[in-house]
Amino acid sequence: MKTILRLIVGLLAWSVSWAQTDTTKTNPGALDQLFGRDTTLQTANDVQLKLNMDATYDRPFLSVGKSPVSVGGYLEANTQYMQTDGVTEGLSFQMRRMTIFLASTINRRIKFLTELEFEDGTKEINIEFAALDIELNPMLNLRGGIIMNPIGSFNQNHDGPKWEFIDRPLSSTTIIPSTWSNVGFGIYGKVYRRNWVWAYEGYVTNGFDDRIIVNGENRTWLPATKANEDRFEESFNGVPMVTLKTALKRRRVGEIGISWMGGVFNKFQDDGLVLDKRRHVDVLAIDFNSVLPTKTVINGEWCWASVDVPTTFSQQFGRMQQGGWLDVVHPIVRRRVFGWNTAVLSLALRVERVDYNVGKFTETNDPIFDELWSVVPGISFRPSPTTVIRANYRYLWHTDLLGNPPARTAGFQFGFSTYF
Amino acid sequence: MKTLSVLLILSSLFWLVSACDALLPGTPADDQLLDGPIGDLTPEQNAQFLRGDVAFNNEVFTAATGLGPTFVATSCGSCHAGDGKGHPFTTLTRFGQIDETGNTFMQMGGPQLQNRAIGGHTPEMIPAGATSSKFTPPANTGLGLLGALSDDQILANADPNDQDGDGISGVPNWIDAPVYFRPQGFHKPQTTVSQSTRYIGRFGKKAAAVDLLHQTVNAYKQDMGITSDFDPVDPINYAVSGQAGDGVPDPEVPGSRINDVVFYLRTLRVPVQRNAGDANVIAGKQLFVQIGCAKCHTPEWTTPQSDVAVLSKKTFAPYTDLLLHDMGKGLDDGYTEGTAKTAEWRTPPLWGLGLSKNSQGGQEYLLHDGRARSVDDAIRLHGGEAAKTIERYGQLGADDRSKLLQFLNSL
Repeated sequence: MKTILRLIVGLLAWSVSWAQTDTTKTNPGALDQLFGRDTTLQTANDVQLKLNMDATYDRPFLSVGKSPVSVGGYLEANTQYMQTDGVTEGLSFQMRRMTIFLASTINRRIKFLTELEFEDGTKEINIEFAALDIELNPMLNLRGGIIMNPIGSFNQNHDGPKWEFIDRPLSSTTIIPSTWSNVGFGIYGKVYRRNWVWAYEGYVTNGFDDRIIVNGENRTWLPATKANEDRFEESFNGVPMVTLKTALKRRRVGEIGISWMGGVFNKFQDDGLVLDKRRHVDVLAIDFNSVLPTKTVINGEWCWASVDVPTTFSQQFGRMQQGGWLDVVHPIVRRRVFGWNTAVLSLALRVERVDYNVGKFTETNDPIFDELWSVVPGISFRPSPTTVIRANYRYLWHTDLLGNPPARTAGFQFGFSTYF
Repeated sequence: MKTLSVLLILSSLFWLVSACDALLPGTPADDQLLDGPIGDLTPEQNAQFLRGDVAFNNEVFTAATGLGPTFVATSCGSCHAGDGKGHPFTTLTRFGQIDETGNTFMQMGGPQLQNRAIGGHTPEMIPAGATSSKFTPPANTGLGLLGALSDDQILANADPNDQDGDGISGVPNWIDAPVYFRPQGFHKPQTTVSQSTRYIGRFGKKAAAVDLLHQTVNAYKQDMGITSDFDPVDPINYAVSGQAGDGVPDPEVPGSRINDVVFYLRTLRVPVQRNAGDANVIAGKQLFVQIGCAKCHTPEWTTPQSDVAVLSKKTFAPYTDLLLHDMGKGLDDGYTEGTAKTAEWRTPPLWGLGLSKNSQGGQEYLLHDGRARSVDDAIRLHGGEAAKTIERYGQLGADDRSKLLQFLNSL
């Protein structure tokens, strides 16, 4: 134990000595540059030193006078026409999200930020983030409150205006249940050296519950936990979930992150009586992003989820899931358009896959399917870096559990998303 | 320049709109589908069909909504992908009855094994001494037409004493109907020595369900552990759970939900034959009749008047006589239901046979328990009353056998 403690203290001391001043503090006068980094390929040094974990504070805020509170938010809406094997629900107009940010610098190196989200009108109203950050050192920050678990890249970097696609990535919303936030606390930090940035995050929070295997989806479904309204009040089983992430970025090359989230999801005892063994859920994710010399942005994430499903359950409920996505965004026009000085027209392509049930049937030893493939080409126009107008075409193949001919869904989507 | 841009944009939009059809996945060919309603339903019937469709294919039960406590599947659609045949993964097990005197293991969880359980409960095991048989879920298509046939029509093909001497003696399965069964005019009761009233069963591997309501209520309870107005008692693992139910007040679904599902099953479409005009298929059908298959797999029926207009006076080709036939020792699992003997099985309809792979994960699992991995395999596993026919099948040349198989795969 003492050795481990020494090791941790030593590591922190080394990191602090290695740390340099963070040159990436938000400059409100350079919003275009700041928000262009994900999509319009800005190459300024500060942008190149940002990581996915910085997304929470990488947002445009408006401060009035000397008020310590700044306000911001984003909105996304669209229309879509989708068809599955010849059957369509027709044209729909969707108000997917309106999110309001409130941030406050309480004191030097003490700040607060909250994100209040309205989804599908007022169908879902969530506090997705509400945390206090205390910076002891760039390498050691404390964060507590409702935090977004740093698993993969999308969960923390999910704002609509940053993406060229109307739908969120499938694996990042159905395996990793983005936006996945929980009550808890932890630490994070970041160090710089020449062209390198290294960062870490670690949190203990409330976690999943048994809805992930007892739900109306008829499959292992991690997002089902989000329906538990009590999860911000108490842990389902009293065992904290741990989330750890580390990311490394090389300037002009790209960023790679690896993250893990794990904990017990079932109520293994109640009132002092043992009901079951402790059943674990673990999610491992790898994310990466890079900007090629052609200004093409490559961004992707892959994740694996392992769930200890009771043997008394049907194999319909996957013990292992995996999935990921790869986005390629290439700007084809970057110039003044209709009076907008920094307008960008981009072509985009997303390829994604999700396998909700990795394994073989006990009865036949044949593979279990229940998987999706999707291809989403699109075109986007950004009159300014904080606003995107986008048109997507999606083609999706869903193969059922048994591997029967896939149901094919395709359609068109057109919409916008903007910070305000 | 501006005019050119506008023209380009307009032509692009035109191209996009005209390309929509090509870019959107169309409806699969009519003869590739098993789901969808039969014929023209009225708007009210369409609404009920849709309610039944949602309940059958989309409603997934959980412990909170009444699943179990012991069960086999969490939804109807889990076992009948696309309303087609099931897969070994969804095969269920029945146990406990060896003759027409009834199931002696009812107090030990019979007649169906619930091999899965919700949290805090234990799945059942087959009790010591009980014989059992595995049943692969059948396709659901065209059930309404089979249900609309009169008992007299079915009995007309029965030949219990083989008076015509062809070695084939179809018999009906006489079933003690449940209390909620409401016979229609075409149902013909049989009063037994013990004064109980029995009716002809026509659904299920052993024809143990007298109508689709009986079949559906049983499936809700025995497959999913869902109680209804018609049968409000949960299945219980008597071996370990005592009388512990799932804690959800019964009935867990209303009778109207069951009725919607029954209507959905009654009005599901009939499989459409593919390549019906192909010379080999036509020749294969002739061989099918010639070697004697059609003696049990009756090709054609016409329904009498029905309370659902689209089921009235319809001629259809299910290739079944709805009667029980002795299939020999090879298919005798030592388990039975109703008055059927253990080696007797109801002639399964052959319509939709060629689409089996589309619901069985690209493979074929045929006969009552999926043991046959091809149509040829299934034919050769017939015995008992079918022995002579199978002998004739074996004597066919490769070309004729291929034609016969092409015909069967066209169904």
